[in-house]
Amino acid sequence: MSEQLLVIDRGASAGEHAARRALRAQIARMEHELSGIVADTFPHISLTPAFGGDTPASSGARAGEDARLGPCLLTLAELERMRDRLVGRVQELRRLAAGRGEHERRARELLERMKLEPGRYKFVRLPVSDLGQGGCGVWEVRPRLGLIGMLAGWWQVKLSSGCPLPRGSRSERDPEMLSHA
Amino acid sequence: MNADAQPALGWCAREVEEELPELRLLLVEAQVGTERSPTGGSPPEIQSRLRELSNRFRGAQAVGVRREPVPAAYRVFFRHIGLDPDVVRTPIEVAILERMLHGGFLSGGLLEDVLRIALVDTGVPVWALDSETVDGPLGIRVSSEGEPLGRGARAPLMPAGRLVVADASAALAILFGELAPGHEPQGGTRRLELFAVQVAGVPALYVEEALWTCRLALEQV
Repeated sequence: MSEQLLVIDRGASAGEHAARRALRAQIARMEHELSGIVADTFPHISLTPAFGGDTPASSGARAGEDARLGPCLLTLAELERMRDRLVGRVQELRRLAAGRGEHERRARELLERMKLEPGRYKFVRLPVSDLGQGGCGVWEVRPRLGLIGMLAGWWQVKLSSGCPLPRGSRSERDPEMLSHA
Repeated sequence: MNADAQPALGWCAREVEEELPELRLLLVEAQVGTERSPTGGSPPEIQSRLRELSNRFRGAQAVGVRREPVPAAYRVFFRHIGLDPDVVRTPIEVAILERMLHGGFLSGGLLEDVLRIALVDTGVPVWALDSETVDGPLGIRVSSEGEPLGRGARAPLMPAGRLVVADASAALAILFGELAPGHEPQGGTRRLELFAVQVAGVPALYVEEALWTCRLALEQV
């Protein structure tokens, strides 16, 4: 009888070990997908760990709990919880990425329409970041030759220049002081 | 020590090996060059190498690094041992984040610089212990309830189940965490025990390269 119990116990243990291995493989896949989404959509989607369905407070508390726990061998239940949280997070990021993709698609369509019929989109501004591009440029429908263009209905789409210089357009300090610094 | 020798393989407790079969601890002993202290300033060639590495990383790479095979493997391993790599960052991500915040890899002393160069070059973190304070070969095991981290009087106590790097008689470092107080290399330390952790998805070649980079740099200064 005791031998039978031992065999059952070993079987259960081997089964649990296999389950943990399978969960680790799932976690690895989820992590790869998560990293891929974050890297592809940066900086438009936040890096902050916001698990699906969590309030910011509970998410923060959980993050603190993780940090306090430190590295350890996870039990089957802990691996399941981690897998479930990752699934929630991946789903949340997929949803955000899809929303972002849709936003960029609409922005590209708007830009096309602005270029085709600028007169219908007077003074409409479209930042290049909405198109998924880097930089600070803005597409804008503006009148040619200022007031004359406005009165004559001459409209055009212009792309503004890029990002402001990191130190501003011009230093107001004494150039001699700069050279000594 | 023979320069062509392979790094030694640390031991792994059975329960750890069963759960994380691809986890390895690799060890190399290094002798610090006679003219330098591990905690003292770096020679110009090390500082120049740091500057060179600083120029290699830009903002986009700071985020993209998580998709590269070696950093990605460490991220996965962090999750496997209960750490969220977006909260407790992996060593390479910590280094790159600091690079972004400070505008470059700042020199923090010879040993720190050498370890950082190896980390940024290979993606593999390396840690160093004062060999004089190590008792027997190093390995990975789990801690017991209330076990001290280190042998010093100020050793903090750990809860049960923490993964640690230990010698024959004491835990000397939390895995991917802090070193035990009193076991870190000091100014007068001449012999260092360097160790690196290989996880699933990280080729042994990268780990060996990280360890040899550190050893050669420390011995040739």
